Amino acid sequence: MILSIDSSGLVASVALMEEQSLIAEYTVNNKMTHSQTLLPMIDEIFRLTGMDKGAVDAIAIAAGPGSFTGLRIGTATAKGLGLALDVPLIRVPTVDALAYNLYGTTGLVCPLMDARRSQVYTGLYRSKGDDFKVVRPQCVVGIGDIISCVNEINEPVIFLGDGLPVNRTYIDENITTAYFYAPAHLGRQRAGAVGALALRYADDDSYPGVRRESAADFVPEYLRLSQAEREMLEKEAGAKKG
Amino acid sequence: MLGIETSCDETAAAVVKNGREVLSNIISSQIDIHKLYGGVVPEIASRKHTEIINQVITEALDTAGVGLDDLSGVAVTYGPGLVGALLVGVAEAKAICWARDIPLVGVHHISGHISANYIENAELEPPFLCLVVSGGHSHIVRVTDYGKYEILARTRDDAAGEAFDKVARVIELGYPGGPKIDKLAREGDPDAVPFPKAKVNGADLDFSFSGVKTAVLNYVNAYRMKDVPYSKADIAASFQNAVVSVLTEHTMEAAKRCGIDRIALAGGVASNSALRASFEKACSANGYRLFRPSPVLCTDNGAMIACAGYYEFMAGVRHGWDLNAVPNLKLG
Repeated sequence: MILSIDSSGLVASVALMEEQSLIAEYTVNNKMTHSQTLLPMIDEIFRLTGMDKGAVDAIAIAAGPGSFTGLRIGTATAKGLGLALDVPLIRVPTVDALAYNLYGTTGLVCPLMDARRSQVYTGLYRSKGDDFKVVRPQCVVGIGDIISCVNEINEPVIFLGDGLPVNRTYIDENITTAYFYAPAHLGRQRAGAVGALALRYADDDSYPGVRRESAADFVPEYLRLSQAEREMLEKEAGAKKG
Repeated sequence: MLGIETSCDETAAAVVKNGREVLSNIISSQIDIHKLYGGVVPEIASRKHTEIINQVITEALDTAGVGLDDLSGVAVTYGPGLVGALLVGVAEAKAICWARDIPLVGVHHISGHISANYIENAELEPPFLCLVVSGGHSHIVRVTDYGKYEILARTRDDAAGEAFDKVARVIELGYPGGPKIDKLAREGDPDAVPFPKAKVNGADLDFSFSGVKTAVLNYVNAYRMKDVPYSKADIAASFQNAVVSVLTEHTMEAAKRCGIDRIALAGGVASNSALRASFEKACSANGYRLFRPSPVLCTDNGAMIACAGYYEFMAGVRHGWDLNAVPNLKLG
């Protein structure tokens, strides 16, 4: 049994999965503090399903990118569970999991997560037959960058994610391919998708983004340095030039 | 009791038996990283806690020779401190407790610092008076019972440790300022420069350290403008003397007013050698008994959190799975 967690954005989501079946999923998109909701949600799904904590084989976690604080609440929760239950973690890239909501869609899938500072956490994905392929790995870029990439590939594309509201106007005005927006029930992070990707690829080297790691060694993938580190690098670069 | 502490730049965990017997006390300091930035960078601190927390907890359990099933409870600092840093310890502690059905006890960071005095002083019991001095706090606290506090005085602006850090920056000693000033001050004359010892109108036990910090800045700037050399050691010694004598005088006055003859020191600045010497002298002159933790227990550590958590646990305190980090948590 896998317990999966996604607290990378505004949504807090946890799910219990067994082989090919989703036993329970609890998703809250209500601007509540993950610190106060995440563990009570986990407690709740175990209580309601009557499942045994001891039967958990691994903790799948949306490993970033995302809100730094959200990622850390999820990470520390997963690491604590991994330590106490003596199970490994399964790293799942956040944007990949978001794209996996739309597994089986014809054309490209383009998740957009609001990364503030006029950027998005995004990537491009394609389903072909039973195959799920990363076309452009998750990254943090300006909306213009990813839209020109989509225009260049020139295939129908479906967008989803909490970066949509801020960037919708830009997309409508600049995109040159056929495009769609995901419906509400598929448009945000879901722990079910994190767990499904984990179950499918944790032991499959063909998808290196998803892999098992020890709870002790696991760290999230922020895709961004802290502001202090960025400023120091800029200063050093400036000093070299000057 | 397992104690977990991640409120600032130390990732710490410890196992303490019956509140006073330290079985392990593991501290992983990030200071070398933050030195590069001249102070603690909250985002970096939070990231580092996340990287190392499981190793620190595992080492604390292994060193103590206990497993999770041997624990009566897990105590974790939930405030005050850097919110991102606190959240790592809180989420980790909650997850461990939930997974193994262990009682969870949230602890106030300052209650931890005060409780560090219990660890090495078997005979110390409330009531007593405690001066809490660190980078974030300068309080005179009356400890009326285990976990019960009454704040008699506080700082109106900078904490004592903050003033040390800022003055160290002014005279270019680097970070962390406290130990560096302490060391340099030994070579200087504490009476060389009469820096002000501020009083707060209407609350004569309270502290104010921004005035002395500004006085140091003005003093140094005046010399720099004239391009005249000045003695950093004399400035360090005189500044330290101004701060230490105010801390000592106010604490002695508070003890006199409360009729308490047992005084304890707590917090990172409690390892300052001049502060210790000054308190030893004043306590001995007044016939007070002085308690102070050894330096390793003055710094942020898990043992003090386990100790404070033990007494909270014995008083019946339990926290739920919705425990949150509270960056400005009040004491008492």
